[in-house]
Amino acid sequence: MAEPILSVRGLETYFRPDEGIVRAVDGASFDLYPGRTLGIVGESGCGKSVTARSILRIVERPGKVERGEVLLRRSDGRVVDLVTIDAQGAGMRDIRGGEIGYVFQEPMSSLSSFHTIGNQVIEAIRLHRAVSAKDARARAIELLQLVGIPRPEQRIDSYSFELSGGLRQRVMIALALAAEPRILIADEPTTALDVTTQAQILELIRKIQAERNLAVILITHDMGVIAEMADAVSVMYLGKVVESGPVDTIFHAPRHPYTQALLRSIPSVLAEPRSRLATIAGGIQHPYARPPGCPFHPRCQSFMPGVCDRNAPPVTKLDAEHEVRCFLYGAPARSAT
Amino acid sequence: MTTEQTVLSVEGLKKYFPIRRGLLRRVVGQVKAVDDVSFTIDRGETLSLVGESGCGKTTTSRCILRAIQPTAGAIQFRTDQNREVDVAGLTRTELRPLRRQMQMIFQDPYSSLNPRMTIADIIGEPLLVNGMGNLAARRNRVAELLDVVQLPRAYMNRFPHAFSGGQRQRIGIARALALNPALIVADEPVSALDVSVQAQIINLMLELQDRLRLSYLFVAHDLSVVKHVSHRVAVMYVGKMVEVASTSTLFRAPRHPYTEALLSAVPVPDPRQRAKRIVLEGEVADPSRVPPGCAFHPRCRYAVERCRVETPTLEQIAPNRWVSCHRVRELTLQGVVS
Repeated sequence: MAEPILSVRGLETYFRPDEGIVRAVDGASFDLYPGRTLGIVGESGCGKSVTARSILRIVERPGKVERGEVLLRRSDGRVVDLVTIDAQGAGMRDIRGGEIGYVFQEPMSSLSSFHTIGNQVIEAIRLHRAVSAKDARARAIELLQLVGIPRPEQRIDSYSFELSGGLRQRVMIALALAAEPRILIADEPTTALDVTTQAQILELIRKIQAERNLAVILITHDMGVIAEMADAVSVMYLGKVVESGPVDTIFHAPRHPYTQALLRSIPSVLAEPRSRLATIAGGIQHPYARPPGCPFHPRCQSFMPGVCDRNAPPVTKLDAEHEVRCFLYGAPARSAT
Repeated sequence: MTTEQTVLSVEGLKKYFPIRRGLLRRVVGQVKAVDDVSFTIDRGETLSLVGESGCGKTTTSRCILRAIQPTAGAIQFRTDQNREVDVAGLTRTELRPLRRQMQMIFQDPYSSLNPRMTIADIIGEPLLVNGMGNLAARRNRVAELLDVVQLPRAYMNRFPHAFSGGQRQRIGIARALALNPALIVADEPVSALDVSVQAQIINLMLELQDRLRLSYLFVAHDLSVVKHVSHRVAVMYVGKMVEVASTSTLFRAPRHPYTEALLSAVPVPDPRQRAKRIVLEGEVADPSRVPPGCAFHPRCRYAVERCRVETPTLEQIAPNRWVSCHRVRELTLQGVVS
């Protein structure tokens, strides 16, 4: 395979409020390739969004990237570590939007309601490309057309509140693509939308990805969306990537007890009507009070007392692409006692 | 067709919201949020209302609870004394004794519980409001209800902030059950929950239904969840029902093109089943400017001239099966293959 365009290595992002510490992302590693989609899946508090924000260096206070590398291979072949660049500096601003476009969940609050959508797209273009106002407007109309907004030459002068949720999300994608980035990070891009609109937006992302050889990080809680879109998958639980591998392996040969339980518990249109679902006992602990050892151990069916609650399991490589973080597969660290 | 088993029978329900403009707030148009909807729910049965946002499913459920006043139509409810009462025509005082027999479970477990009340107060409030029992009796009932929703009794004196989303939804369910209702309206009760917690609440709702013979009107947009809870499903599009059928039939062999498209859009959690989806063009019609003819025709891949001019009616095509489509007898549509 080609060189990865983005490599995240041992990323740790912690939040240090006045007391205590929240390890929102605790050692995430993955690679992203051009033309491929990496799915990051997990439930609330797993750190999937903070991972995205860490890559973009837009983690809010009191959060901070503490350790790890985010290696971006720029178009000229140079590799830069985004963690070492000034988050507010011109270099990072250039990468944000320029090299890495991003789409967030809330199309409602991510767009300004004081500026027309056209002006917002034009601003995004001119921020990264030296073009005249007239050319930028023409380019904005093209972009709105590309993302499937009907009558773009009229809609360009609309305000975001005049658009439906689906159209707003299309504008968000147009904004993300304005400076022709090579990476797109989409954080729950379809969660607020109807299934029919979701299908449209996913299709749009796929189409643009194929046309531009875009590398996509798709962050979602929805296993259905992952199955539909991803080439490779990282499953996160309370800050840890517990399992990662090719999409077919994750769905058909999952190894981590959490991945297995999660897949059993999702409702499916293929199920028998009124069939009971398999459940995972208990709830997700607050990231503030993450259990010691493996964070999943209090809910795990394969829990080994004295092992899983003592030490954090190491990453075990099952094959070239499939990794799991669980003592069932790696030798437990020798107990101190 | 209503029988002794029918708990709720809705006939020709309409809810129009006026559009007012200008200085005199003159009515210049109407949003037909619910436009001539009819259905029944039996004792112990779950009927799900599905459709895209703005299709009128929530408005329908709110009319039934008389949270809003319907514009027209009858809402026949069978009381615990086995009388049929038209809820649509009752005054507030007449409604009071009926309200305890129809309860609601809300979508957002974070905003539906008062943060200043203890769990005992929240679950016991319906009892207090309806003047049932003294303090000790009410606390006993709250303890029983906590058992029913599988929460430890010791939680009684805690406040909502101490609970996770799933636990809060259990508290909401306990509150809804406090007065032994016959009908529960659940509007997106699991859509705000994490997947691993969602399964627990779905199972709990199924269990409670079997145990207490509850009837559910389940409003949801997630067809996977709907498949797990419903006996029958009604699909709505811009204020009207377009198809009603038993769950297995509807998913296996839809007869309305809109149902087919909805089913096709649901992502299947299996990468080996990445199928060619029917991607609906355009957006849900604006209920203040419903297209003439069949409201779905601008997005329908099977539309013919007749669909543009003549409005189809919901007709019965088989026992327990209603479809509103001119071409119902000619089309063979694709369902979900399990």
